[in-house]
Amino acid sequence: MDIVIIGLLLGGTYALMAMGLQLQYGVARIMNLANGEILIAGAFSTFWFYAGTKASPLLALFLVVPVAFLLNWAIYRVLLYPLVRRAKSQGKLEVDSILATFGLSFISVGVMLAIFGGEYLDYSYLSQPIFIFGERYGLNRIVAFLASAALCVSLYVWLHRTRAGLVLRAVSVNPSASGLVAINVVRTSALAFALGGAVTAAGGGLLSMFLTFDVSLGVVFTLKALIIVILGGVGDIRGTIVAAFILGLAETAVATLIDPGLTLAAAYILFMIVLLVRPEGLFGRRAA
Amino acid sequence: MSTIEQRGWAVVDGIANAFRSGFSVSAGERRTLLVSALIFIAAGLVPLIFGGYALQLAISIVMYAGFATSWLLFSGPTNYIALSTAAFFGIGMYITAGGIDLLPYPVLILASGVAGAAMAAVMGLATLRVSGVYFVIFSLGLAELVRQFMTWGQHVLGTMSGLYVTIDRSEPMYFWQLLLLAAVIYLVGWRIGRSRLGFALRIIGNDELVAVHCGINTARAKVVLFIISSAFASIEGAIVAPRWGYVEPGVAFNPFLSFQVVIMALLGGTQRLWGPLLGVIPFVLLWELIAINFPSQTTLLLGVCFLLIVYVIPNGITGLVEDAWSRRATIGKSGSGPVQRVIDASVGPLRQLLRRKNGNA
Repeated sequence: MDIVIIGLLLGGTYALMAMGLQLQYGVARIMNLANGEILIAGAFSTFWFYAGTKASPLLALFLVVPVAFLLNWAIYRVLLYPLVRRAKSQGKLEVDSILATFGLSFISVGVMLAIFGGEYLDYSYLSQPIFIFGERYGLNRIVAFLASAALCVSLYVWLHRTRAGLVLRAVSVNPSASGLVAINVVRTSALAFALGGAVTAAGGGLLSMFLTFDVSLGVVFTLKALIIVILGGVGDIRGTIVAAFILGLAETAVATLIDPGLTLAAAYILFMIVLLVRPEGLFGRRAA
Repeated sequence: MSTIEQRGWAVVDGIANAFRSGFSVSAGERRTLLVSALIFIAAGLVPLIFGGYALQLAISIVMYAGFATSWLLFSGPTNYIALSTAAFFGIGMYITAGGIDLLPYPVLILASGVAGAAMAAVMGLATLRVSGVYFVIFSLGLAELVRQFMTWGQHVLGTMSGLYVTIDRSEPMYFWQLLLLAAVIYLVGWRIGRSRLGFALRIIGNDELVAVHCGINTARAKVVLFIISSAFASIEGAIVAPRWGYVEPGVAFNPFLSFQVVIMALLGGTQRLWGPLLGVIPFVLLWELIAINFPSQTTLLLGVCFLLIVYVIPNGITGLVEDAWSRRATIGKSGSGPVQRVIDASVGPLRQLLRRKNGNA
């Protein structure tokens, strides 16, 4: 039972970070391999904020999110948009953006190493236990889950109920056709990329409330987010949320039942199964 | 842009060119082989002249030359960036370290190649049937995945996490072994380039849809090539293992290696088999300087190298050389029609290659 609950709580936070990547890959068509580093940056900034002010880490999000938004917007406009313009095909763009974001991820790891140092960081906030069905869980996990759920729901509603969300979804389905109906594709892509980065950073801030971080962990989170996005289907927010829960459950099950060192292996086995059985993802559209 | 009809014509054009150039060894190719053989023999003299630090650098260079060329065998024609070198290298190291007391060394080298090939087959069959991005993502985490399994396996079996490999080999011996392996990789790559498989892969790299329409089993071709390329990386691990002496999961499966190999190959250029060689030599020397002078900033500087390559020299050193070359060659020949331009865009690199061969013959 506690596997299920811890898995779901973890999955809820994973959903947020994967939604960030989903926006970047699904809408802006950038395979952003520096996504995990944005998450780590969010986590570390939250840690700093908490260490400095002793105020709730949730308040840190109000600072982290806008900064991450601006930073990612700048990254898209300065570094990635020239690649989009240069690319002759989607395949070429993928190769270029993978290489460029790799470079970016290494640079950010290097910069963060210089700023934060190489130690593991964690802090205890709301670590008193809370009892559900007679089992004890950290209150911080529950608060992080609720905050992340609130953000996911508002993002979902925003995407499906507002005009701006509709524009984003249109670009996600077909960028060139969106251009024909007077959508500014470049601006929308930049917006989606920036928003994706902000959401990922928020996910990092929430994860930092109950996980231990170090600078080099970014790539692991990038992989997890990628696997969630693929599992759920590229361009489908519902799929991402469902897939995040599946991954959260699978990881928790493997960590408790077999060995905590095998969490990535659990994610990879899921990935393998998806590729073999349903490469377009749970909710994805089959490519023509 | 191009309609199916135009793509079809482009294919016919490419095939016709390929037949015209013929598949026998032309005079130009014989010259290339001869020059390559001379270069390898000259390189073989290095340990006789240099020793100590210079020889160590030379060993690094031949080691990375092997890695980068075997990486290129697969990633060059398909444009799929494989980040799994470290995983296959680590497998080779572990097999050698684990079996050194049980089996003779040459058998272990062979076994490493087979194990690498088997792992590549599983991974290739799962990922290469679908989009290339999935392959890249999978390869990115492969080293970490195998490392987790290894650590866990050793934990369950209760063995030590590190293994010692003790066989007596002098430094020049390592150099010659690695040089021989690099020569074999180069030769295999050259042979593949002139085979049906190589031709199929060039078409896949230019336009996968065209390749499918030609009746090429694209998934099979890619998997076969990935197996060959990865088996070499594992063999490389088997050769290097005794030099390191001590094998431990964190060292054997260090993902940094995969990225360095990619950078070197991209720096050299992925359009020519000898491209990586041009990238490996300057990069190994540059990296040595970086590692000595800025030991704590290596990650940062590796990132800077990645960005520089993507934005400044996207086609690598060979690309720069060839741009200059073709600009000189095509003056006065421009002004081709739109159909010609579409054909050039679809089968351009292949045609250029073949045309130059024809010119030499």
